Amino acid sequence: MSLSVDISHTLGEMALEVRFDAPRGVTALFGASGTGKTSVINAVAGLLRPRTGRIILDGEPIFDATMKIDLPVHKRRLGCVFQDGRLFPHLSVEQNLVYGLKFAAVGSPGPTLHEVAEMLGISALLLRRPAALSGGEKQRVAIGRALLSRPRMLVMDEPLAALDEARKQDILPYLERLRDETDIPILYVSHSVSEVARLATTVVMMDQGRVTRFGPAEEVLSDPANVRQLGLREAGSVLQGVVTTHHDDGLTELAVSGGTLLLPHVNLSPGQPIRVRVLAQDIILATSPPKGLSALNNLPAEIVSIRDGDGPGTIVQLKSGSDLLLARVTRRSAEALGLKPGAQVHAVIKAVSVARTDVGGG
Amino acid sequence: MTDWLRAEEWMALTLSLKVSFWAVLISLPFGLLAAYALVRWEFRGRHVLNGLVHLPLILPPVVTGYLLLLTFGRRAPLGIWLEETFGLVLAFRWTGAVLAAAIMAFPLMVRAIRLGLEGIDPRLEEAAATLGASRFWVFATVTLPLLLPGLITGAVLAFAKAMGEFGATITFVSNIPGQTQTLPSAIYTFLQVPGAEASALRLVMVSILVAMGALVASELLARRAAKRISGG
Repeated sequence: MSLSVDISHTLGEMALEVRFDAPRGVTALFGASGTGKTSVINAVAGLLRPRTGRIILDGEPIFDATMKIDLPVHKRRLGCVFQDGRLFPHLSVEQNLVYGLKFAAVGSPGPTLHEVAEMLGISALLLRRPAALSGGEKQRVAIGRALLSRPRMLVMDEPLAALDEARKQDILPYLERLRDETDIPILYVSHSVSEVARLATTVVMMDQGRVTRFGPAEEVLSDPANVRQLGLREAGSVLQGVVTTHHDDGLTELAVSGGTLLLPHVNLSPGQPIRVRVLAQDIILATSPPKGLSALNNLPAEIVSIRDGDGPGTIVQLKSGSDLLLARVTRRSAEALGLKPGAQVHAVIKAVSVARTDVGGG
Repeated sequence: MTDWLRAEEWMALTLSLKVSFWAVLISLPFGLLAAYALVRWEFRGRHVLNGLVHLPLILPPVVTGYLLLLTFGRRAPLGIWLEETFGLVLAFRWTGAVLAAAIMAFPLMVRAIRLGLEGIDPRLEEAAATLGASRFWVFATVTLPLLLPGLITGAVLAFAKAMGEFGATITFVSNIPGQTQTLPSAIYTFLQVPGAEASALRLVMVSILVAMGALVASELLARRAAKRISGG
């Protein structure tokens, strides 16, 4: 399962020129509002006809301007989830969920209504009407409806943007389960770094209608060159690990490639994979193992590169085990400590600095 | 049951009900099509179509009636063709009253359906398409059910208008008791005859009752349909 997009289009004043490949897993289209992310999604879904180019899904061209191929929306079989849910108001939740099922090929494999309802926690809502649902419930039904249409791929356009932070945190685990428990690739549009960090396996960064960078999420997010676009305060890297033990004092220990980390209690059982986003501004660098410091975590690391910003700060990229980390320190500290590529340092991370919302299933 | 109305009054009432019923039934699909085209399709003649649909609302009814006579009269080419091909005669028949009522009520019907259509988010139809529904199924399972209140309102408005149509009808099909004498024509006739004011008054009451009844019925039906849609 893979999607390959190579299209050009004109959006008002802006030229949209986008080329990327989306392999298995979650491919996040990331960028500020108005950079053309939604247009790309609409072109993939068939709701917008690009001026030129081609879109290939699993080797089948669903759009090709030169070969005059433009598969109609309803034949593309992409399960779309929109920012505003778009549930059918005249149908019950159950009827909404199975809407796409009657158009799918008979006997096509996929989860049943009850499996989907169970996974998304909406079994108790089946008889209700959309008007009687909360925002978070509506989005879960919309995700279930897309999933049940037996799609070749899920296409999600900022599915969480209209929800408040608490509702987002309710739904993110379901999206993680979708990523980890089904084989359906997901194209996911977002302008939130934390969502991308939690969900994405591949990241496509967009700016002004163009793709500025695409690649595996860990690489793209921990590349100092992308810090400016991600936002200084949002920049950070994703560590993959495994939960090892829950301690009596409420801390959870996990193993990452470069050592161990202690975090406030994480709701995953020992042995389960975990993703942790560590912000660049939450890492302290030390040239020798720190003593007399309250921070619990200390990962030995090697400096890969140092990149100065416009202000007094500098971004240091580190390698700890096989994971890449970003640390934001002042240029003054970097000079005082004599930091340079190849140097061995210790990355100090406060356990409580890792936001609960930045920890998710791997 | 009929003793509170005299035979000719009763005849006028049943004829008007029959004419209005058929006028609404026949024009509904066309009204839906015209409204759909005006709201959802981009095409060259959109403004022309819009003008044509609204023409009966602006033209003097007598003019519309006369134009109908010129087009569908027994000596007009179209009238001759209809009679020879389908055996259908419109001029001075109740069938002609149906046509006149349908045309006069058409603008109101289209306006109501159009209003209903404009209230339907096209993005819901897009969502249905992404779930695999072809154009036909999108229309049948999303557009049409959501349009139900608009359709009901349009049909009832058109029915009420058809019940009251006078000018075009009397010009096109005249005022023949039992054949083309509708409720308004009958009231008009009774007002010309000395001593028939009681008949006229009775029919006026009947007209008011039918109009009010239609309004209440449409209100109830539309409310029920709207409730089904929003799922209260």
